[in-house]
Amino acid sequence: MANLIKTKRGLNIAIRGEAEKEVGSVKLSDIFAVIPDHYHAVTPKILVKEGDIVKAGTPLFYNKAVESMKFVAPVSGKIIAVNRGERRKILSITIERDKETVYESFKIKDLKSMTGEEIKEAILLSGLWPYIKQRPYDVIANPEIAPKAIFVSSFDTAPLAPSYDFVIAKQKEDFQTGIDALAKLTQGKLHLGIKAGNKHFSTVKNAEITSYEGPHPIGNVGIQINKINPINKGEVVWTVNAQDVLFIGRLFNKGVVDLTRRIAFTGPEVTGAKYYDTIMGCQIEQFIVGKVKSKAPLRYICGNVLTGHRVTGKSYLDPYSTQITVIKEGNEVHELFGWAMPRFNKFSVSGTYFTGFMRKIFGKKYFDFDARLMGGKRAIIMSGEYDSVLPMDIYPEFLIKAMIAGNIDKMEALGAYEIAPEDVALCEFVCTSKLPLQKIVRDSLDMMRKELE
Amino acid sequence: MNALKKLVDKVKPNFQKGGKLEKFHSVFDGFETFLFVPNTTSKHGTHIHDAIDSKRTMVMVIIALLPALFFGMYNTGYQHFLAIGQQVSFIDTFIYGFLSVLPLIIVAYGVGLGIEFIVAQIKGHEIQEGFLVSGMLIPLIIPIDTPLWMVAVATAFAVIFAKEVFGGTGMNIFNVALVTRAFLFFAYPTFMSGDTVWVRTADTFGIGSGTIVDGYSGATVLGQVATAATEQVKLLNTIGNPIGFIDGFLGFIPGSIGETSTLAILIGAFILLITRIASWKTMFSVFAGGALMALIFNMWGPDTAAAHFPWYNHLVFGGFAFGAVFMATDPVTSARTETGKWIYGALIGAMAIIIRVLNPGYPEGMMLAILLMNIFAPLIDYYVVDANIKRRLKRAKTN
Repeated sequence: MANLIKTKRGLNIAIRGEAEKEVGSVKLSDIFAVIPDHYHAVTPKILVKEGDIVKAGTPLFYNKAVESMKFVAPVSGKIIAVNRGERRKILSITIERDKETVYESFKIKDLKSMTGEEIKEAILLSGLWPYIKQRPYDVIANPEIAPKAIFVSSFDTAPLAPSYDFVIAKQKEDFQTGIDALAKLTQGKLHLGIKAGNKHFSTVKNAEITSYEGPHPIGNVGIQINKINPINKGEVVWTVNAQDVLFIGRLFNKGVVDLTRRIAFTGPEVTGAKYYDTIMGCQIEQFIVGKVKSKAPLRYICGNVLTGHRVTGKSYLDPYSTQITVIKEGNEVHELFGWAMPRFNKFSVSGTYFTGFMRKIFGKKYFDFDARLMGGKRAIIMSGEYDSVLPMDIYPEFLIKAMIAGNIDKMEALGAYEIAPEDVALCEFVCTSKLPLQKIVRDSLDMMRKELE
Repeated sequence: MNALKKLVDKVKPNFQKGGKLEKFHSVFDGFETFLFVPNTTSKHGTHIHDAIDSKRTMVMVIIALLPALFFGMYNTGYQHFLAIGQQVSFIDTFIYGFLSVLPLIIVAYGVGLGIEFIVAQIKGHEIQEGFLVSGMLIPLIIPIDTPLWMVAVATAFAVIFAKEVFGGTGMNIFNVALVTRAFLFFAYPTFMSGDTVWVRTADTFGIGSGTIVDGYSGATVLGQVATAATEQVKLLNTIGNPIGFIDGFLGFIPGSIGETSTLAILIGAFILLITRIASWKTMFSVFAGGALMALIFNMWGPDTAAAHFPWYNHLVFGGFAFGAVFMATDPVTSARTETGKWIYGALIGAMAIIIRVLNPGYPEGMMLAILLMNIFAPLIDYYVVDANIKRRLKRAKTN
């Protein structure tokens, strides 16, 4: 193992409902939808109208700011509606799916002979570009600015996250092609972060491999970037989720946009949590019906419990989610004297509960969580909480304060370029004062981007 | 529980917008969240949260204070009956102390929480729990015979001018309980120092009346050290028996109510450390800084009793241990960076000993040392964070 980076800072949340490593079968919904709001900071310009017939890979809209950036249909079929809201904002484009998916075919040359520029154009045209994100600001990468490096993390340490070993194992060829293509997009290195001791990804070629050991959020690219190639002012790094590398690999191997993805259906309220093959834009109801314990009001989350967003059964799977999580809503629970009770069934990193003690006695105890804040919002009181779960060379508390104050110079100096909302998700989880840190970071990054770009 | 919930739900509309008692919304909210964990669910961001909240944190600190409080009550009675030369049972001793201390607690809580409730209502905030701890600390760091009206005035001053004007819990620069004590110390010095204030000699609600025995002196150990004429001082208790380190550790000596027993304080420290509410770095470095500074004075100090007071005695007599465990570790007013905590703590310890030894006016230096370092805590953090900023800039240049 050439490079191994270890940290003890972070936290693995003991939540019940990890997915079994088996693939269940689920029927894809008849109606699919592409929702522009899923792509942060994109103003869509529509290219299709009601009644159009599209193939999987046909552009539906493009980004007003970067016209070459296309967003394509995930399946083939007929456009049944372009739903608009206030001021004609495009809310969603719904597609009635064909029985058999017809793929738009992209003429792709042999990858070895392609230049970086050609690869970039192919990815932009095929609608796969939105899967390439950039830091700073944690938005879809600007194709005009070459990155100093590209980072891919081959493992996800988030609560109940899918095992990429299991998901990608049989598609290593596509993964390798994707890596080869991405590597040509930068003059610098393509960094692949792997879990210490992992065999699946250690053989990937064309990438600088670094191993990491530690609790969540070590699997986040943000942490890995900070550890080996931190972003300074004026620098740009691109990041791609390992599962999305497959899409790019398929494009160059087969010349089609195949957005099939294996997602984990997880959470304490799921019966028989396992994996399912699906496509973005699919209706979520397909997974939920008959597979949840439905006594109490439930909360459905696209993504994991830390960074995911709340959805209903009628919602559609967003393009970035690799898992769906179901937990109790908890709004009907009224715990008497919660501040004084022992509350053995509650998880806490603080020593004021018996979490550590219980786990020592009863072995690996896992907890059912619900969506309650478990307390009132306060000013920041406790110190050192955020540092203990953010293994970066950053003072998160001071950065957050600069963000609350809207002081751009301070944010810049304290490392705002290196951080994304997902990195502070754990800080938000442990925060005694229940502050919405991810929202603070997201809003501040948007403000910085507006001011500085 | 269900009946209680029903009752709360029944009266709730009165306090909501448009209700008859809308003015008392914050107070109602305070009581409701006191009874039930709020059932608000997350609207954005993380969907699950750690079960810790500010109420739980504050309650743990109060639990950690209980050993010192109970010992303080007992010691109040013990010192009293020692002074009047009566032998009474454990229970009677405790009851006397309990009844003497209770009014102080009631006044401190009553005044502080009253102001807190009013301010929360004016600002439309939730009631913050910070004063639950301050209100318990205040009685523990003042002499037993402090008049109640003084406690009320000082508490009101501290809560308003040391906390609320800065924006409430979490925003204050100075430790609220210490500001209360400092106010008393400077406004009514005769009630806060000297030989007569540390032991209650009068009766409480008719219990424990008697006359003081011959040869009684109510001076604290640090008071004896400060006024000693020779370099070596012979420490005595109130009735003239010699005492030493172990008495300071156990705490059967005169002093502020909660500060005398280092043992009781260490039990509290243990609770704070296993719950990880207080920083062991701050706590440890206060003791280390104090011990080191005292050792330096022991070796090279001026020829006074205070300078030659053994370093280990400095740690167990006076308010040193109490300040180190409960005051210096206040997360809001202490340094907030991990590196900063080491510096902050060490300087408090050193400064407390310097004031004790070199300042002829004040036998005790802990209160002033902590308040002084409260001012410097943001500066310490500033330089620690600045080092991180510089590192980032340097990194940018070398690339």
